Amino acid sequence: MRRFALPLVLLVLLALVPKVALDIPYVFKSSLNTPGTLQLLALCLVFGGLALTYDLLFGFTGLLSFGHALYFAVGVYIACIAMTKWHWGFVPALLFTALVGLLLPLALGAVSLRVGGIAFAMVTLAFAQAGSILVFKNPHRWTGGEEGLGTDYTKLPDAFVGIFNTKNLYWLALGYAAVVFVVVQWAVSSSPGHVWQAIRENELRVEVLGLRPYTYKLMSFVLASFLATAGGVVYLLLLGGATTDVTGANFTLTLLVMVVIGGTGTRWGALIGGILYTYANQRLGDISGSHAVSKLPSVFSTPLQQPLFVLGVLFILVVFFAPGGLARFGRALRT
Amino acid sequence: MSTFVLLTITGFGLGAMYFLIASGLSLIYGLMGVLNFAHGAFLTVGAYGMWFTEDHLGGVAVLPRFLIGALAGLAVGAVFAAVVELVLIRPLYRRHIDQVLVTVGLALSTVALVIAVWGNDARVVAAPSWLGDTTGVLGARIPNDRWIEIAAAVAVLVGLNAFLRRTRYGLIIRAGVENRAMVTALGIDVRRAFTLVFAIGGVAAAVAGVLSNVYFGTIDPQRGTSLLIFAFIVVVIGGLGSLRGTAIAAVVVGLVQQYANYYASSGLGDLSVVLLLGLVLLARPRGLSGSFA
Repeated sequence: MRRFALPLVLLVLLALVPKVALDIPYVFKSSLNTPGTLQLLALCLVFGGLALTYDLLFGFTGLLSFGHALYFAVGVYIACIAMTKWHWGFVPALLFTALVGLLLPLALGAVSLRVGGIAFAMVTLAFAQAGSILVFKNPHRWTGGEEGLGTDYTKLPDAFVGIFNTKNLYWLALGYAAVVFVVVQWAVSSSPGHVWQAIRENELRVEVLGLRPYTYKLMSFVLASFLATAGGVVYLLLLGGATTDVTGANFTLTLLVMVVIGGTGTRWGALIGGILYTYANQRLGDISGSHAVSKLPSVFSTPLQQPLFVLGVLFILVVFFAPGGLARFGRALRT
Repeated sequence: MSTFVLLTITGFGLGAMYFLIASGLSLIYGLMGVLNFAHGAFLTVGAYGMWFTEDHLGGVAVLPRFLIGALAGLAVGAVFAAVVELVLIRPLYRRHIDQVLVTVGLALSTVALVIAVWGNDARVVAAPSWLGDTTGVLGARIPNDRWIEIAAAVAVLVGLNAFLRRTRYGLIIRAGVENRAMVTALGIDVRRAFTLVFAIGGVAAAVAGVLSNVYFGTIDPQRGTSLLIFAFIVVVIGGLGSLRGTAIAAVVVGLVQQYANYYASSGLGDLSVVLLLGLVLLARPRGLSGSFA
């Protein structure tokens, strides 16, 4: 039972956050229960969950995909288009998004998994790029092109509309992260999950044992993509619209950065990596605008204005000096 | 007819640009097994090197300014690529995935650094006015810079081929692509060839950067990233590690993109290239040339 104790306690504590009027100076701009802080925390949780879905592919199955952003974008854009442009209700839009979120990775995965290793990485990248081009091309004016697309909020349930309801969105995001965590936990300890990890270690050996790696890899691919699509829907509700930055190749690269900083092939590592990355990406901008940084000589202050520069360098340092990421430090502390 | 000629020659021009980026990628992958995500950064660094030099030669006439800037861009690209190999790639020898990750980090942080220093906006690059003019071929008006692009790509292809076939280092590189372990076992230090291949890839990418400056008339921080994705497609279609396959695939991709963008609908060219990639992989999972590591 002890295995479940820590996650449960953590979940309860996080669920109580919107009820606590605690002010944490420097860490958050305003007290915990304000919409601004809750929004930031919810964003962190969504990306934490999303990083975990990527870890299912990369860390647990050994599939280096550069197209994971596509399936997240499917959740964001399909749900948004169905409600705003086709004027569907909330539930039909969700069902349709779920259907696309299952069929698209099934079809694209079936094609891209015909090749392995680096070629697989490039093929997934190309498919994701095709999605990105489609969004920018704005067919039938559905995607809104470069400007993005706002959600028709009359279609949304009342509980998710308005600043006052940010706490509900926070709980939704927390629920998403928790569900992804439980599903990934269950999946990797199931019998296909063991095969995934065996494929990661030595694919040839799995084949010699008489199993078809292709089928197992496709299962992992579809599951991870479907969970990412679900995350896309949560993200859409959280931000109230779709923007093009979730479609690009750079977005998948940031997922890779999150997972590697947190620790590949670990559940906690990927989750925490995603949360910390998002937090740093959001807050570094504020910090670099602060008085202390602007007083530094421009050699330091100029690069610090770009969170991506700081995170990219941190990422390289982790690869060089701390392979295994943050999760390794956690393990070292325990023993 | 004149439209077709125009599309064909500009398609070759586009293919030339892809080839310049993809040739370095392909060689680096063939020799070292590294998928170099920082290759777009090499292009960006070279292109900014050119703009920066031109910007500091205010009083000089356009042509020498352009030529000096271009040479400076190439030098910056070569040095940057060689330094990247020495400092970031070499210590991770045999850790292929980590090498790819490092190049990803480098790509992200280089673009971010360029944005921090020179901003997100496009910068205007000066070029001789002749490059902006057109030449008539069979009734089609071809922009002159396309000829330079094609000539540069052909020069790089011929030069690289001569280098790989006729020189000792070329022999080592070719042998390394074939079987690195054997070359090392024969007592040859392949690592020097690694740095060399990175430097060559850096120069080729910088050539593409300089030419893209001429093509667009401006330079912006995202240029390398957006071209890199098509270069990846070219490399996969051509077969990783094969220079000839890369050249053929670059031309095919450039032509398909131009024709589809004109005859079907604008933007469809990019999609059809992705479709082409899917078809090639379904029919021949090892790429056109079949020399897949």
